[in-house]
Amino acid sequence: MGRPATGRGRRAAADEEACVPGKLKHAGHLIRPAVVLLLGFALFLLVRGAVVPATFGELGHYRAASLDEIRQQAPAFAGQAVCAGCHAGVTAVRASGKHRAVACEACHGPSARHAADPAAVRHAPLDVVALCAGCHEKDSAKPKWFRQVESKEHSGGAPCQSCHQPHKPEF
Amino acid sequence: MHGVEGYIYPNELELQWSVLIVLYPYLTGLVAGAFILASLERVFKVAAVKPTYRLALLTALAFLLVAPLPLQLHLGRPERSFEMYLTPHRSSAMAMFGFVYLWYLMVVLLLEIWLEYRVEIVGWSKSARGPMRWVYKALTLGSDDIGPEARAVDDKVGWIVTVIGIPSAFLLHGYVGFIFGSVKANAWWSTPLMPIVFLFSAMVSGIAAVLLLYMAAMKVKRRPIDMRCADTIAKYLFYVFLIDFSLEMLDLVHRIYEADESFRTLDFMVQTRLYVSQVVIQILLGTCLPLAILAATQIFRIGEAARRALYATAAVLTLAGIFAMRWNVVIGGQLFSKSYLGYTTYKLEFATREGLLPALALMILPFAILWVLVKLLPPWPEKQAILEPSDATIAGVKG
Repeated sequence: MGRPATGRGRRAAADEEACVPGKLKHAGHLIRPAVVLLLGFALFLLVRGAVVPATFGELGHYRAASLDEIRQQAPAFAGQAVCAGCHAGVTAVRASGKHRAVACEACHGPSARHAADPAAVRHAPLDVVALCAGCHEKDSAKPKWFRQVESKEHSGGAPCQSCHQPHKPEF
Repeated sequence: MHGVEGYIYPNELELQWSVLIVLYPYLTGLVAGAFILASLERVFKVAAVKPTYRLALLTALAFLLVAPLPLQLHLGRPERSFEMYLTPHRSSAMAMFGFVYLWYLMVVLLLEIWLEYRVEIVGWSKSARGPMRWVYKALTLGSDDIGPEARAVDDKVGWIVTVIGIPSAFLLHGYVGFIFGSVKANAWWSTPLMPIVFLFSAMVSGIAAVLLLYMAAMKVKRRPIDMRCADTIAKYLFYVFLIDFSLEMLDLVHRIYEADESFRTLDFMVQTRLYVSQVVIQILLGTCLPLAILAATQIFRIGEAARRALYATAAVLTLAGIFAMRWNVVIGGQLFSKSYLGYTTYKLEFATREGLLPALALMILPFAILWVLVKLLPPWPEKQAILEPSDATIAGVKG
Protein backbone atom coordinates (compact mmCIF):
# COMPACT_ATOMS: atom_id res chain seq x y z
CA MET A 1 0.00 0.00 0.00
CA GLY A 2 2.73 2.34 1.04
CA ARG A 3 5.10 1.63 -1.85
CA PRO A 4 3.02 2.96 -4.76
CA ALA A 5 2.24 6.07 -2.70
CA THR A 6 5.96 6.63 -2.09
CA GLY A 7 6.62 6.11 -5.79
CA ARG A 8 3.99 8.68 -6.66
CA GLY A 9 5.48 11.01 -4.08
CA ARG A 10 8.91 10.59 -5.67
CA ARG A 11 7.51 11.15 -9.14
CA ALA A 12 5.70 14.26 -7.95
CA ALA A 13 8.87 15.57 -6.40
CA ALA A 14 10.82 14.76 -9.56
CA ASP A 15 8.14 16.44 -11.66
CA GLU A 16 8.31 19.48 -9.44
CA GLU A 17 12.08 19.61 -9.81
CA ALA A 18 11.83 19.12 -13.52
CA CYS A 19 9.34 21.97 -13.69
CA VAL A 20 12.03 24.50 -14.63
CA PRO A 21 9.60 27.26 -15.63
CA GLY A 22 8.20 27.06 -12.09
CA LYS A 23 11.71 27.61 -10.68
CA LEU A 24 12.47 30.36 -13.14
CA LYS A 25 9.23 32.14 -12.32
CA HIS A 26 10.98 34.13 -9.61
CA ALA A 27 13.92 34.98 -11.84
CA GLY A 28 11.63 36.80 -14.28
CA HIS A 29 12.71 40.21 -13.03
CA LEU A 30 16.26 39.49 -14.20
CA ILE A 31 15.04 39.58 -17.77
CA ARG A 32 14.45 43.32 -17.36
CA PRO A 33 18.08 44.48 -16.90
CA ALA A 34 19.00 41.99 -19.64
CA VAL A 35 16.44 43.66 -21.94
CA VAL A 36 17.78 47.12 -21.00
CA LEU A 37 21.31 45.96 -21.83
CA LEU A 38 20.18 44.38 -25.10
CA LEU A 39 18.24 47.52 -26.04
CA GLY A 40 21.36 49.57 -25.33
CA PHE A 41 23.41 47.20 -27.46
CA ALA A 42 20.83 47.33 -30.26
CA LEU A 43 20.85 51.14 -30.12
CA PHE A 44 24.65 51.08 -30.28
CA LEU A 45 24.54 48.80 -33.35
CA LEU A 46 21.94 51.06 -34.93
CA VAL A 47 24.05 54.18 -34.38
CA ARG A 48 27.15 52.31 -35.52
CA GLY A 49 25.43 51.22 -38.73
CA ALA A 50 24.31 54.78 -39.39
CA VAL A 51 27.56 56.63 -38.70
CA VAL A 52 30.39 54.27 -39.68
CA PRO A 53 31.13 54.87 -43.39
CA ALA A 54 30.23 51.98 -45.70
CA THR A 55 33.74 51.48 -47.02
CA PHE A 56 35.43 51.56 -43.60
CA GLY A 57 37.72 48.57 -43.10
CA GLU A 58 37.70 47.42 -46.76
CA LEU A 59 41.42 48.03 -47.20
CA GLY A 60 42.54 48.73 -43.66
CA HIS A 61 41.56 50.64 -40.56
CA TYR A 62 40.27 53.60 -42.57
CA ARG A 63 37.57 54.58 -45.07
CA ALA A 64 38.54 53.08 -48.43
CA ALA A 65 36.50 55.67 -50.37
CA SER A 66 38.74 58.41 -48.98
CA LEU A 67 41.48 57.25 -51.39
CA ASP A 68 39.33 58.13 -54.43
CA GLU A 69 38.35 61.45 -52.87
CA ILE A 70 42.00 62.29 -52.24
CA ARG A 71 42.90 61.26 -55.79
CA GLN A 72 40.31 63.68 -57.16
CA GLN A 73 41.89 66.65 -55.43
CA ALA A 74 44.02 68.91 -57.63
CA PRO A 75 47.74 68.45 -56.80
CA ALA A 76 49.20 71.44 -54.97
CA PHE A 77 52.83 70.65 -55.86
CA ALA A 78 54.11 71.00 -59.42
CA GLY A 79 57.18 68.77 -59.02
CA GLN A 80 60.86 69.41 -59.56
CA ALA A 81 60.78 68.67 -63.28
CA VAL A 82 58.08 71.28 -63.96
CA CYS A 83 60.06 73.97 -62.07
CA ALA A 84 63.22 73.04 -64.00
CA GLY A 85 61.30 73.28 -67.30
CA CYS A 86 61.07 77.08 -66.99
CA HIS A 87 63.82 77.93 -64.47
CA ALA A 88 66.67 76.02 -66.07
CA GLY A 89 69.34 78.58 -65.08
CA VAL A 90 68.71 78.60 -61.35
CA THR A 91 68.18 74.82 -61.39
CA ALA A 92 71.67 74.37 -62.81
CA VAL A 93 73.16 76.68 -60.12
CA ARG A 94 71.34 74.77 -57.39
CA ALA A 95 72.47 71.40 -58.77
CA SER A 96 76.13 72.27 -58.19
CA GLY A 97 75.69 73.49 -54.57
CA LYS A 98 74.97 72.05 -51.14
CA HIS A 99 71.21 72.62 -51.57
CA ARG A 100 71.06 70.31 -54.60
CA ALA A 101 68.94 67.81 -52.66
CA VAL A 102 66.47 70.48 -51.51
CA ALA A 103 63.45 70.62 -53.84
CA CYS A 104 62.39 74.04 -55.19
CA GLU A 105 59.00 73.80 -53.54
CA ALA A 106 60.54 73.01 -50.13
CA CYS A 107 61.40 76.73 -49.89
CA HIS A 108 59.08 78.37 -52.44
CA GLY A 109 55.99 76.44 -51.48
CA PRO A 110 53.46 74.42 -53.50
CA SER A 111 53.62 75.73 -57.06
CA ALA A 112 51.10 73.82 -59.18
CA ARG A 113 48.84 76.86 -59.60
CA HIS A 114 51.84 79.03 -60.53
CA ALA A 115 53.01 76.41 -63.04
CA ALA A 116 49.56 76.27 -64.64
CA ASP A 117 49.38 80.06 -65.07
CA PRO A 118 52.78 81.67 -64.34
CA ALA A 119 51.72 85.16 -65.27
CA ALA A 120 48.61 85.30 -63.10
CA VAL A 121 49.82 83.35 -60.02
CA ARG A 122 53.07 84.61 -58.51
CA HIS A 123 54.89 83.29 -55.47
CA ALA A 124 54.56 85.37 -52.33
CA PRO A 125 57.85 86.93 -51.20
CA LEU A 126 59.73 84.64 -48.78
CA ASP A 127 60.55 85.46 -45.16
CA VAL A 128 64.14 84.37 -45.70
CA VAL A 129 65.38 84.66 -42.10
CA ALA A 130 62.60 82.43 -40.78
CA LEU A 131 62.94 80.06 -43.73
CA CYS A 132 66.68 79.51 -43.27
CA ALA A 133 66.35 79.29 -39.48
CA GLY A 134 63.80 76.48 -39.97
CA CYS A 135 66.70 74.19 -40.92
CA HIS A 136 69.85 75.97 -39.76
CA GLU A 137 68.94 77.34 -36.32
CA LYS A 138 71.30 75.84 -33.74
CA ASP A 139 69.87 72.86 -31.91
CA SER A 140 71.86 70.35 -29.89
CA ALA A 141 69.65 67.55 -31.20
CA LYS A 142 70.89 68.11 -34.79
CA PRO A 143 73.95 66.26 -36.07
CA LYS A 144 77.22 68.19 -35.74
CA TRP A 145 78.09 68.01 -39.46
CA PHE A 146 74.93 69.95 -40.30
CA ARG A 147 75.55 73.70 -40.66
CA GLN A 148 73.76 75.58 -37.90
CA VAL A 149 73.96 79.01 -36.29
CA GLU A 150 72.39 81.04 -33.52
CA SER A 151 70.67 83.32 -36.05
CA LYS A 152 70.34 86.28 -33.65
CA GLU A 153 74.05 86.23 -32.84
CA HIS A 154 75.07 85.24 -36.37
CA SER A 155 73.28 87.94 -38.38
CA GLY A 156 71.27 90.03 -35.93
CA GLY A 157 68.16 89.58 -38.05
CA ALA A 158 69.75 90.66 -41.34
CA PRO A 159 68.45 88.75 -44.38
CA CYS A 160 70.58 85.65 -44.96
CA GLN A 161 70.83 86.25 -48.72
CA SER A 162 72.73 89.49 -48.14
CA CYS A 163 75.79 87.23 -47.52
CA HIS A 164 74.74 83.77 -48.74
CA GLN A 165 73.46 82.77 -52.12
CA PRO A 166 70.46 80.59 -51.21
CA HIS A 167 70.52 78.48 -54.41
CA LYS A 168 74.22 77.71 -53.96
CA PRO A 169 75.22 78.67 -50.42
CA GLU A 170 78.92 79.17 -49.72
CA PHE A 171 80.32 79.18 -46.21
CA MET B 1 67.46 76.84 -20.75
CA HIS B 2 65.36 77.44 -17.64
CA GLY B 3 64.27 74.23 -15.91
CA VAL B 4 66.43 72.04 -18.13
CA GLU B 5 69.59 70.33 -17.00
CA GLY B 6 72.10 68.55 -19.23
CA TYR B 7 71.26 67.15 -22.66
CA ILE B 8 67.63 66.66 -23.58
CA TYR B 9 65.89 66.00 -26.90
CA PRO B 10 63.60 68.82 -28.14
CA ASN B 11 60.43 66.73 -27.83
CA GLU B 12 61.21 65.92 -24.19
CA LEU B 13 61.35 69.53 -23.06
CA GLU B 14 57.64 69.89 -22.36
CA LEU B 15 55.72 67.13 -20.57
CA GLN B 16 52.95 65.69 -22.74
CA TRP B 17 51.12 63.92 -19.89
CA SER B 18 49.98 66.37 -17.25
CA VAL B 19 48.43 66.16 -13.79
CA LEU B 20 45.22 64.93 -15.44
CA ILE B 21 47.00 61.74 -16.44
CA VAL B 22 48.11 61.43 -12.81
CA LEU B 23 44.49 61.71 -11.77
CA TYR B 24 43.29 59.05 -14.19
CA PRO B 25 45.02 56.00 -12.64
CA TYR B 26 44.31 57.44 -9.19
CA LEU B 27 40.54 57.57 -9.81
CA THR B 28 40.48 54.18 -11.56
CA GLY B 29 42.43 52.70 -8.66
CA LEU B 30 39.88 53.95 -6.15
CA VAL B 31 37.15 52.22 -8.20
CA ALA B 32 38.95 48.88 -8.27
CA GLY B 33 39.91 49.09 -4.59
CA ALA B 34 36.42 49.99 -3.42
CA PHE B 35 34.97 47.11 -5.42
CA ILE B 36 37.45 44.62 -4.00
CA LEU B 37 36.43 45.73 -0.50
CA ALA B 38 32.77 45.20 -1.41
CA SER B 39 33.60 41.71 -2.67
CA LEU B 40 35.07 40.82 0.74
CA GLU B 41 31.59 40.81 2.18
CA ARG B 42 29.79 39.33 -0.80
CA VAL B 43 32.12 36.58 -1.94
CA PHE B 44 34.51 35.99 0.92
CA LYS B 45 31.75 36.31 3.52
CA VAL B 46 33.61 38.76 5.76
CA ALA B 47 30.47 39.77 7.67
CA ALA B 48 32.24 42.46 9.72
CA VAL B 49 32.63 44.78 6.72
CA LYS B 50 28.93 44.63 5.84
CA PRO B 51 28.24 48.24 6.98
CA THR B 52 30.53 49.45 4.19
CA TYR B 53 29.35 47.05 1.47
CA ARG B 54 26.84 49.38 -0.16
CA LEU B 55 28.99 52.47 0.41
CA ALA B 56 31.87 50.70 -1.32
CA LEU B 57 29.67 49.89 -4.34
CA LEU B 58 28.39 53.48 -4.59
CA THR B 59 31.93 54.84 -4.17
CA ALA B 60 33.13 52.58 -6.98
CA LEU B 61 30.29 53.82 -9.22
CA ALA B 62 30.87 57.52 -8.42
CA PHE B 63 34.59 57.28 -9.16
CA LEU B 64 34.06 55.09 -12.23
CA LEU B 65 31.77 57.70 -13.78
CA VAL B 66 34.48 60.35 -13.39
CA ALA B 67 37.49 58.13 -14.25
CA PRO B 68 37.47 58.75 -18.05
CA LEU B 69 36.93 62.52 -17.71
CA PRO B 70 40.62 63.43 -17.11
CA LEU B 71 41.45 61.63 -20.36
CA GLN B 72 38.70 63.47 -22.22
CA LEU B 73 39.91 66.80 -20.88
CA HIS B 74 43.52 65.97 -21.67
CA LEU B 75 42.78 64.95 -25.27
CA GLY B 76 40.46 67.90 -25.77
CA ARG B 77 38.00 66.41 -28.27
CA PRO B 78 35.51 64.40 -26.19
CA GLU B 79 33.13 63.84 -29.12
CA ARG B 80 35.80 61.79 -30.88
CA SER B 81 36.18 59.33 -28.01
CA PHE B 82 32.94 57.61 -29.04
CA GLU B 83 34.64 56.60 -32.29
CA MET B 84 36.85 54.32 -30.22
CA TYR B 85 33.76 52.21 -29.60
CA LEU B 86 32.46 52.45 -33.17
CA THR B 87 35.65 51.43 -34.95
CA PRO B 88 37.96 49.98 -32.31
CA HIS B 89 41.47 49.03 -33.32
CA ARG B 90 42.49 45.70 -31.85
CA SER B 91 46.11 46.74 -31.47
CA SER B 92 45.13 49.71 -29.31
CA ALA B 93 45.19 49.02 -25.57
CA MET B 94 43.13 52.15 -24.98
CA ALA B 95 40.39 51.01 -27.39
CA MET B 96 40.20 47.59 -25.78
CA PHE B 97 40.10 49.25 -22.37
CA GLY B 98 37.00 51.17 -23.46
CA PHE B 99 35.14 47.88 -23.63
CA VAL B 100 36.53 46.70 -20.28
CA TYR B 101 35.30 49.98 -18.81
CA LEU B 102 31.81 49.57 -20.31
CA TRP B 103 31.64 45.94 -19.24
CA TYR B 104 32.62 46.85 -15.70
CA LEU B 105 30.16 49.75 -15.55
CA MET B 106 27.13 48.12 -17.18
CA VAL B 107 27.40 44.43 -16.45
CA VAL B 108 29.19 44.40 -13.11
CA LEU B 109 28.65 47.55 -11.09
CA LEU B 110 25.21 48.77 -12.16
CA LEU B 111 23.79 45.24 -12.12
CA GLU B 112 25.21 44.49 -8.69
CA ILE B 113 23.91 47.76 -7.24
CA TRP B 114 20.50 47.12 -8.77
CA LEU B 115 20.32 43.62 -7.33
CA GLU B 116 21.51 44.81 -3.92
CA TYR B 117 19.01 47.68 -3.69
CA ARG B 118 16.06 46.08 -5.50
CA VAL B 119 14.01 45.37 -2.39
CA GLU B 120 14.38 48.93 -1.12
CA ILE B 121 13.87 50.45 -4.59
CA VAL B 122 10.53 48.65 -4.86
CA GLY B 123 9.64 49.87 -1.36
CA TRP B 124 10.64 53.48 -2.16
CA SER B 125 8.70 53.36 -5.45
CA LYS B 126 5.60 52.86 -3.34
CA SER B 127 6.39 55.16 -0.42
CA ALA B 128 8.28 58.09 -1.99
CA ARG B 129 6.45 61.29 -2.93
CA GLY B 130 6.65 63.57 -5.96
CA PRO B 131 9.14 63.06 -8.80
CA MET B 132 11.30 60.72 -6.68
CA ARG B 133 8.49 58.19 -6.82
CA TRP B 134 8.87 58.10 -10.62
CA VAL B 135 12.64 57.87 -10.36
CA TYR B 136 12.34 54.83 -8.12
CA LYS B 137 9.58 53.41 -10.31
CA ALA B 138 11.92 53.67 -13.31
CA LEU B 139 14.70 52.04 -11.28
CA THR B 140 12.49 49.01 -10.51
CA LEU B 141 12.50 48.39 -14.30
CA GLY B 142 8.84 47.52 -13.90
CA SER B 143 9.28 44.54 -11.59
CA ASP B 144 8.10 44.51 -7.98
CA ASP B 145 8.62 40.82 -7.30
CA ILE B 146 10.59 40.92 -4.06
CA GLY B 147 9.31 37.73 -2.53
CA PRO B 148 11.72 35.42 -0.71
CA GLU B 149 12.28 33.26 -3.81
CA ALA B 150 13.05 36.31 -5.97
CA ARG B 151 15.42 37.65 -3.31
CA ALA B 152 17.16 34.29 -3.12
CA VAL B 153 17.66 34.49 -6.90
CA ASP B 154 19.00 38.06 -6.53
CA ASP B 155 21.41 36.90 -3.88
CA LYS B 156 22.72 34.06 -6.03
CA VAL B 157 23.02 36.21 -9.18
CA GLY B 158 24.61 39.03 -7.14
CA TRP B 159 27.23 36.57 -5.92
CA ILE B 160 27.95 35.45 -9.50
CA VAL B 161 28.19 39.07 -10.67
CA THR B 162 30.67 39.84 -7.86
CA VAL B 163 32.74 36.78 -8.69
CA ILE B 164 32.87 37.99 -12.32
CA GLY B 165 33.49 41.51 -11.01
CA ILE B 166 36.70 40.65 -9.16
CA PRO B 167 38.70 39.70 -12.28
CA SER B 168 36.98 42.58 -14.09
CA ALA B 169 38.21 45.03 -11.42
CA PHE B 170 41.66 43.47 -11.66
CA LEU B 171 41.57 43.84 -15.44
CA LEU B 172 40.33 47.43 -15.18
CA HIS B 173 43.20 48.58 -13.04
CA GLY B 174 45.79 46.08 -14.21
CA TYR B 175 45.30 47.60 -17.65
CA VAL B 176 46.21 51.08 -16.39
CA GLY B 177 49.51 49.68 -15.13
CA PHE B 178 49.84 47.78 -18.40
CA ILE B 179 49.61 51.06 -20.38
CA PHE B 180 52.67 52.39 -18.54
CA GLY B 181 54.49 49.07 -18.15
CA SER B 182 54.37 48.39 -21.88
CA VAL B 183 56.15 51.62 -22.90
CA LYS B 184 59.43 49.86 -23.52
CA ALA B 185 61.28 53.05 -24.46
CA ASN B 186 60.78 54.43 -20.95
CA ALA B 187 63.03 52.82 -18.35
CA TRP B 188 61.02 54.29 -15.46
CA TRP B 189 57.82 52.59 -16.63
CA SER B 190 58.86 49.52 -18.55
CA THR B 191 58.55 46.69 -16.04
CA PRO B 192 56.19 43.71 -16.06
CA LEU B 193 55.59 44.41 -12.37
CA MET B 194 53.84 47.67 -13.22
CA PRO B 195 50.28 46.23 -13.64
CA ILE B 196 50.64 44.23 -10.42
CA VAL B 197 52.01 47.16 -8.43
CA PHE B 198 49.23 49.37 -9.79
CA LEU B 199 46.65 46.78 -8.85
CA PHE B 200 47.76 46.41 -5.27
CA SER B 201 48.17 50.14 -4.80
CA ALA B 202 44.64 50.48 -6.22
CA MET B 203 43.32 48.07 -3.61
CA VAL B 204 45.16 49.99 -0.89
CA SER B 205 43.78 53.37 -1.99
CA GLY B 206 40.22 52.06 -2.51
CA ILE B 207 40.09 50.38 0.91
CA ALA B 208 41.53 53.50 2.60
CA ALA B 209 39.03 55.73 0.78
CA VAL B 210 36.01 53.64 1.80
CA LEU B 211 37.26 53.43 5.41
CA LEU B 212 37.62 57.20 5.52
CA LEU B 213 34.27 57.80 3.79
CA TYR B 214 32.53 55.41 6.18
CA MET B 215 33.94 57.12 9.25
CA ALA B 216 33.19 60.58 7.82
CA ALA B 217 29.62 59.56 6.91
CA MET B 218 28.99 58.22 10.41
CA LYS B 219 30.36 61.45 11.86
CA VAL B 220 28.08 63.54 9.62
CA LYS B 221 25.08 61.37 10.41
CA ARG B 222 26.02 61.38 14.11
CA ARG B 223 25.88 57.64 14.28
CA PRO B 224 28.32 55.38 16.09
CA ILE B 225 31.10 53.87 13.99
CA ASP B 226 30.90 50.08 13.95
CA MET B 227 34.38 49.46 15.37
CA ARG B 228 34.33 45.78 14.42
CA CYS B 229 33.89 46.93 10.83
CA ALA B 230 36.53 49.67 11.04
CA ASP B 231 38.99 47.26 12.73
CA THR B 232 38.44 44.62 10.06
CA ILE B 233 38.88 47.09 7.19
CA ALA B 234 42.03 48.47 8.86
CA LYS B 235 43.35 44.92 9.20
CA TYR B 236 42.78 44.21 5.50
CA LEU B 237 44.25 47.59 4.60
CA PHE B 238 47.36 46.68 6.58
CA TYR B 239 47.73 43.27 4.87
CA VAL B 240 47.17 44.56 1.34
CA PHE B 241 49.44 47.54 2.01
CA LEU B 242 52.20 45.19 3.18
CA ILE B 243 51.95 43.22 -0.07
CA ASP B 244 51.90 46.45 -2.09
CA PHE B 245 54.94 47.81 -0.25
CA SER B 246 56.81 44.52 -0.68
CA LEU B 247 56.12 44.53 -4.42
CA GLU B 248 57.31 48.12 -4.78
CA MET B 249 60.45 47.33 -2.79
CA LEU B 250 60.98 44.21 -4.91
CA ASP B 251 60.84 46.40 -8.00
CA LEU B 252 63.27 48.86 -6.41
CA VAL B 253 65.73 46.17 -5.29
CA HIS B 254 65.53 44.56 -8.71
CA ARG B 255 66.33 47.86 -10.40
CA ILE B 256 69.26 48.48 -8.04
CA TYR B 257 70.62 44.97 -8.52
CA GLU B 258 70.11 44.96 -12.28
CA ALA B 259 71.60 48.50 -12.51
CA ASP B 260 71.12 48.74 -16.26
CA GLU B 261 72.14 51.74 -18.36
CA SER B 262 69.23 53.84 -17.03
CA PHE B 263 69.97 53.27 -13.36
CA ARG B 264 72.28 56.19 -12.64
CA THR B 265 69.86 58.59 -14.31
CA LEU B 266 66.83 57.30 -12.44
CA ASP B 267 68.78 57.19 -9.18
CA PHE B 268 69.84 60.80 -9.66
CA MET B 269 66.26 61.79 -10.45
CA VAL B 270 64.93 60.15 -7.26
CA GLN B 271 67.60 61.92 -5.22
CA THR B 272 66.92 65.34 -6.74
CA ARG B 273 63.72 66.18 -8.63
CA LEU B 274 61.56 63.42 -7.18
CA TYR B 275 63.04 63.50 -3.69
CA VAL B 276 60.12 65.24 -2.00
CA SER B 277 57.32 63.49 -3.90
CA GLN B 278 58.90 60.03 -3.92
CA VAL B 279 61.10 59.65 -0.85
CA VAL B 280 59.34 62.03 1.55
CA ILE B 281 55.66 61.89 0.53
CA GLN B 282 55.29 58.48 -1.14
CA ILE B 283 57.68 56.29 0.84
CA LEU B 284 58.07 57.92 4.27
CA LEU B 285 54.79 59.76 4.88
CA GLY B 286 52.54 57.82 2.49
CA THR B 287 53.76 54.27 3.11
CA CYS B 288 56.06 53.76 6.13
CA LEU B 289 54.09 56.00 8.49
CA PRO B 290 50.59 54.60 7.74
CA LEU B 291 52.03 51.07 7.80
CA ALA B 292 53.56 51.79 11.22
CA ILE B 293 50.26 53.23 12.45
CA LEU B 294 48.27 50.25 11.16
CA ALA B 295 50.83 47.84 12.62
CA ALA B 296 50.55 49.59 15.99
CA THR B 297 46.77 49.20 15.96
CA GLN B 298 47.23 45.48 15.29
CA ILE B 299 49.84 44.94 18.00
CA PHE B 300 48.90 47.24 20.89
CA ARG B 301 45.67 47.58 22.79
CA ILE B 302 44.45 51.04 21.88
CA GLY B 303 41.20 52.70 22.96
CA GLU B 304 38.36 53.18 20.48
CA ALA B 305 38.64 56.94 20.11
CA ALA B 306 42.39 56.73 19.55
CA ARG B 307 41.92 53.89 17.05
CA ARG B 308 39.43 55.96 15.09
CA ALA B 309 41.87 58.87 14.96
CA LEU B 310 44.72 56.55 13.96
CA TYR B 311 42.66 54.89 11.22
CA ALA B 312 41.63 58.28 9.83
CA THR B 313 45.25 59.49 9.90
CA ALA B 314 46.53 56.31 8.27
CA ALA B 315 43.82 56.48 5.58
CA VAL B 316 44.55 60.14 4.74
CA LEU B 317 48.30 59.47 4.59
CA THR B 318 47.73 56.37 2.47
CA LEU B 319 45.57 58.28 -0.03
CA ALA B 320 48.22 61.03 -0.24
CA GLY B 321 50.94 58.40 -0.63
CA ILE B 322 49.15 56.58 -3.45
CA PHE B 323 48.49 59.88 -5.21
CA ALA B 324 52.21 60.64 -4.89
CA MET B 325 52.95 57.19 -6.35
CA ARG B 326 50.79 57.97 -9.42
CA TRP B 327 52.48 61.38 -9.67
CA ASN B 328 55.96 59.87 -9.49
CA VAL B 329 55.14 57.28 -12.14
CA VAL B 330 53.42 59.62 -14.61
CA ILE B 331 55.40 62.83 -14.11
CA GLY B 332 58.66 61.13 -13.06
CA GLY B 333 58.68 59.06 -16.25
CA GLN B 334 58.77 62.23 -18.32
CA LEU B 335 61.34 64.24 -16.37
CA PHE B 336 64.44 62.49 -17.68
CA SER B 337 65.79 62.38 -21.22
CA LYS B 338 65.91 59.14 -23.22
CA SER B 339 69.55 60.06 -23.74
CA TYR B 340 69.99 59.55 -19.95
CA LEU B 341 72.00 62.75 -19.98
CA GLY B 342 69.49 65.41 -18.98
CA TYR B 343 66.35 66.37 -17.09
CA THR B 344 63.41 68.68 -17.61
CA THR B 345 60.90 70.25 -15.19
CA TYR B 346 57.14 69.94 -14.88
CA LYS B 347 55.41 73.25 -14.37
CA LEU B 348 51.90 72.71 -13.04
CA GLU B 349 49.60 75.33 -14.52
CA PHE B 350 46.61 76.71 -12.64
CA ALA B 351 43.48 77.79 -14.52
CA THR B 352 44.18 76.10 -17.86
CA ARG B 353 42.61 73.02 -19.43
CA GLU B 354 45.17 70.74 -17.85
CA GLY B 355 45.91 72.86 -14.80
CA LEU B 356 45.43 72.46 -11.08
CA LEU B 357 41.92 73.94 -11.10
CA PRO B 358 40.30 71.36 -13.44
CA ALA B 359 42.24 68.62 -11.61
CA LEU B 360 40.75 69.76 -8.30
CA ALA B 361 37.29 69.95 -9.88
CA LEU B 362 37.67 66.40 -11.20
CA MET B 363 38.78 65.25 -7.75
CA ILE B 364 35.74 66.84 -6.09
CA LEU B 365 33.24 65.68 -8.73
CA PRO B 366 33.15 61.98 -7.63
CA PHE B 367 32.31 63.11 -4.09
CA ALA B 368 29.45 65.23 -5.43
CA ILE B 369 28.18 62.24 -7.44
CA LEU B 370 28.58 60.01 -4.37
CA TRP B 371 26.53 62.49 -2.33
CA VAL B 372 23.71 62.28 -4.90
CA LEU B 373 23.96 58.48 -5.00
CA VAL B 374 23.86 58.23 -1.20
CA LYS B 375 20.76 60.47 -1.18
CA LEU B 376 19.15 58.37 -3.92
CA LEU B 377 20.19 54.97 -2.58
CA PRO B 378 20.97 55.36 1.14
CA PRO B 379 23.55 52.72 2.10
CA TRP B 380 22.30 52.52 5.67
CA PRO B 381 18.67 52.16 6.83
CA GLU B 382 17.11 55.61 7.07
CA LYS B 383 14.17 56.84 9.05
CA GLN B 384 12.07 57.16 5.89
CA ALA B 385 9.41 54.61 5.25
CA ILE B 386 10.65 51.35 3.80
CA LEU B 387 8.37 48.45 3.16
CA GLU B 388 8.96 45.76 5.70
CA PRO B 389 10.03 42.47 4.11
CA SER B 390 6.70 40.88 5.05
CA ASP B 391 4.76 43.71 3.34
CA ALA B 392 7.13 43.63 0.41
CA THR B 393 6.65 39.89 0.07
CA ILE B 394 2.93 40.37 -0.03
CA ALA B 395 3.29 43.18 -2.57
CA GLY B 396 5.55 40.97 -4.65
CA VAL B 397 3.16 38.05 -4.53
CA LYS B 398 0.22 40.28 -5.35
CA GLY B 399 2.21 42.02 -8.10
